[in-house]
Amino acid sequence: MLHIYCPHCCEYREEEEFHAKGQAHIVRPLDPDACTDQEWGEFMYFRKNPRGIHHELWVHAAGCRKFFNVTRNTQTYEIKEVYKVGEKPTIVAE
Amino acid sequence: MSDTAVETPNVMVMNQLPSSEIVGESPLHHADLASAAATKNEGGVHLRENALQGFLTLRLNPENKDLLASANAVLGLELPTKPLSSVTEGATTARWMSPDEWLISVPGEAAFDLETAFQEKVDGHFSLVNSSGGVTTLVVSGEHVVEMLKKSVPYDFHISEFPAGKVVSTLFAKSSAVIRRLDEQAFELIIRRSFADYIWLWIQDASREYGLVIKND
Ligand SMILES: [Zn+2]
Repeated sequence: MLHIYCPHCCEYREEEEFHAKGQAHIVRPLDPDACTDQEWGEFMYFRKNPRGIHHELWVHAAGCRKFFNVTRNTQTYEIKEVYKVGEKPTIVAE
Repeated sequence: MSDTAVETPNVMVMNQLPSSEIVGESPLHHADLASAAATKNEGGVHLRENALQGFLTLRLNPENKDLLASANAVLGLELPTKPLSSVTEGATTARWMSPDEWLISVPGEAAFDLETAFQEKVDGHFSLVNSSGGVTTLVVSGEHVVEMLKKSVPYDFHISEFPAGKVVSTLFAKSSAVIRRLDEQAFELIIRRSFADYIWLWIQDASREYGLVIKND
């Protein structure tokens, strides 16, 4: 069970209250009609699957229902940092 | 039409309460809590339904101080901006739900009047939705209420972590609930209408070892 800090409620809550929403910082192409099939396919379907540091989007589904980002080690499950949408992570994989 | 002027939003407000010859029924009407209240008066967990309250969900950006001030003026209280807090003024309570969302409760008959006054007097970008029909309120209290809640909710109920007045939106037996501590041994649970029967059955089961007393007042 992960213990996750919600940056909007400003406290730790049980994982049960949250949903993981996959990889963070995925930018939708500004002009989808101008995308090649490969560009659109990569935006839609291709995701990182790193061993180690990963930036993820989570939502506090049973709480404030806000989305935020989590930097997590996929190998140890350790949460390195939590930051709001629009902010940049301070911890990145080297 | 490129020269469209900014229009005043025209929000339809409908009184959700039927006329007085139709009796309002809470989602626990079938449980007949009034009869259950007559059967037992000793036990460690007490339950009372605060049926047919009016609930309004308000969303606005509190950074907009003018908008916040005019909302506060209509509500007659200061909307709490501190996370997980609540403010009560007379019969009105505002609960912080998220940085830009509050759950406001008023007596059932007052919801439509407040909603109408708000739409008339508050000018700006906000959303106010009457959600009275979607929920019901349970007040649980008693010597063993914290033990009963600990079996049901993944949250720390110690008074230092969860003081009176604090509002926690979380899960109760995996169903969503907004829980506010009223005092050391009393809590308000705002639960979804469709889960009300399930939660009523759950509370009976979770309270069995302490004894459950139904209050009806
Ligand atoms: Zn939250």
